[in-house]
Amino acid sequence: MSDGAFGDTARSIAASSHITERITRLMTDYSAVIDNDRLESWPDFFVQNCFYSVIGRSDHEVGRLAGFMYCDNRDMLVDRIRSLRSANVFQPHRYRHIISPPRILAVNGDVVRCETSYALIRTSVPEGAMVVFSTGRYLDEIVFEGSDAKFQRRVAVTDSDRIDMLLVIPI
Amino acid sequence: MAQAVAARPMRELIQWPAQGFTHVPMQVFSDPEIYMWEQDLIFRGPTWHYLGLEIEAPQTNDFFTSAIGDTPVIVVRTADECFNVLVNRCAHKGATVCYQPTGRSERFTCPYHNWIYDHSGKLISVAFEKGIRGRNGESLGGMPADFDKAAHGLRCLRVETIAGLIFGSFSDAAPPLEDYLGPVMSAHMRRTLHGRPKILARYRQMMHNNWKLYAENARDNYHPSLLHAFFATFKLNRLSAEGGVRQDDKNWHHIVFAKKHTDQGAPEYSSGEIRAQKDDFGLNDPTLISSWIEFDDEITNSIETIFPTFTLQQILNSVGTRQLLPLGPEKSELVWTLIGFEEDTDEQAHMRLKQSNLVGPAGLVSMEDGIIGNFVQRGIKGDLGRTAVVLMGGHDVGSAPTRATETSVRGFWKVYKELLHV
Repeated sequence: MSDGAFGDTARSIAASSHITERITRLMTDYSAVIDNDRLESWPDFFVQNCFYSVIGRSDHEVGRLAGFMYCDNRDMLVDRIRSLRSANVFQPHRYRHIISPPRILAVNGDVVRCETSYALIRTSVPEGAMVVFSTGRYLDEIVFEGSDAKFQRRVAVTDSDRIDMLLVIPI
Repeated sequence: MAQAVAARPMRELIQWPAQGFTHVPMQVFSDPEIYMWEQDLIFRGPTWHYLGLEIEAPQTNDFFTSAIGDTPVIVVRTADECFNVLVNRCAHKGATVCYQPTGRSERFTCPYHNWIYDHSGKLISVAFEKGIRGRNGESLGGMPADFDKAAHGLRCLRVETIAGLIFGSFSDAAPPLEDYLGPVMSAHMRRTLHGRPKILARYRQMMHNNWKLYAENARDNYHPSLLHAFFATFKLNRLSAEGGVRQDDKNWHHIVFAKKHTDQGAPEYSSGEIRAQKDDFGLNDPTLISSWIEFDDEITNSIETIFPTFTLQQILNSVGTRQLLPLGPEKSELVWTLIGFEEDTDEQAHMRLKQSNLVGPAGLVSMEDGIIGNFVQRGIKGDLGRTAVVLMGGHDVGSAPTRATETSVRGFWKVYKELLHV
């Protein structure tokens, strides 16, 4: 093995660990923004021409696209949050996301595809009743804009096809 | 009549207010004995119940499972255009025979002891019916000689279809489906489901309220523009838009409709008195509600409710069915199916996808319905002797040229009282 080849491998490992680190940070920051009720920042995790959906696993597995939420650009994410803040009526509640490390499936050019499991506990306010509101996995396509990793596509596939009461805060 | 035998007679359970169907005793939303009577007198009574779409069982021998009230059923396609509906309960121990949600099978085998039924519910085989052959060729064990397989089938219910929708009924007293629906309801179903349907989404929504609170909500055309602020803000559905209520002759079923292009505005919406009106609220992506006039009648919003638990919706171009299932006195569930048509252009299909954001448990104009029944359920606790008032638009039932009325809610209670004999 020549020094040069070794150097390339090292750089490649360094690059890939750097990418993994940026993806991990994207995932944890995303959950923190939702769980800490900083929802106005939530669309910032996406590129303008993004796709975001929340879909039941049964629908997803037969190739359907429509689900609980279907957003095919970033403006729709902004509208979701503005509607939640000013139009929709619901019992106040909080989310807590527990996420797995991302499982990187493929790197195609500038796009990284990965899959991450989540569990989402919902706590009602003020009663404090807690439920496992949703579990499932994110199917993501991540791109890099300057130093930021962003979602080009994020599909939250929910293990259950049933929503308890309503889904207003994004997953 | 099995469930309610343990319950007290209905007349001992409820003293309905003398005013009749304009006043509803809140007890009906919580009482377990009333719930049992409803299973007998409404769900197994002279009514028809939506079970699913014909396309969910596209080929002969395809089946799916569904329910009528608390009772689980199997819907199976027995031939090209023929369906059977069987109670999904083995005659042996009462086990669920068919535990998969969909599938294809020429017969149904109970997993517990392998009793086998054909598509008409006839019991065709009992495992070890003749016992096991002993050493000397004698038969050991087995069913008694007088066991009659013909008397141990799955109950086969009445079934009829309209516009690709499958309905089932327990009762011989229910009129044929189209007579039950009447001409106005039947025509509107055919109008809404005008093409070759395909399922765009199928999901469920759990509600922590009595099933009748949702049945009321679906018939209540007074609330949408007030509770669902998203609707009014974008002039999707304000009471000032031309619209009204159509009913069948007996007030069992209702269509609430609106034509948004006719909205002239009403002072209540601009005066700030109504929470639902937010003048500063504009969509960043207005293509969310891009739509086309799909129907010749120019109706942009119609909710058709069939007694007791079926809803057919058209909100702009978001077409879908809602099957309401009771889950005990204080819980219920909606099974939503969003529908497109094979004939849709790509552009139309895309608009339906975007409009799917309007409906369902995350629907921008429907999510509140998933909790408002629970707000009532919590509010009435501890004081079930009180009554709710249903007086908007007067004391009567019947069609109305406005949506500022609760005529359809009164229609629901009128029929409810008749069926429960209270």
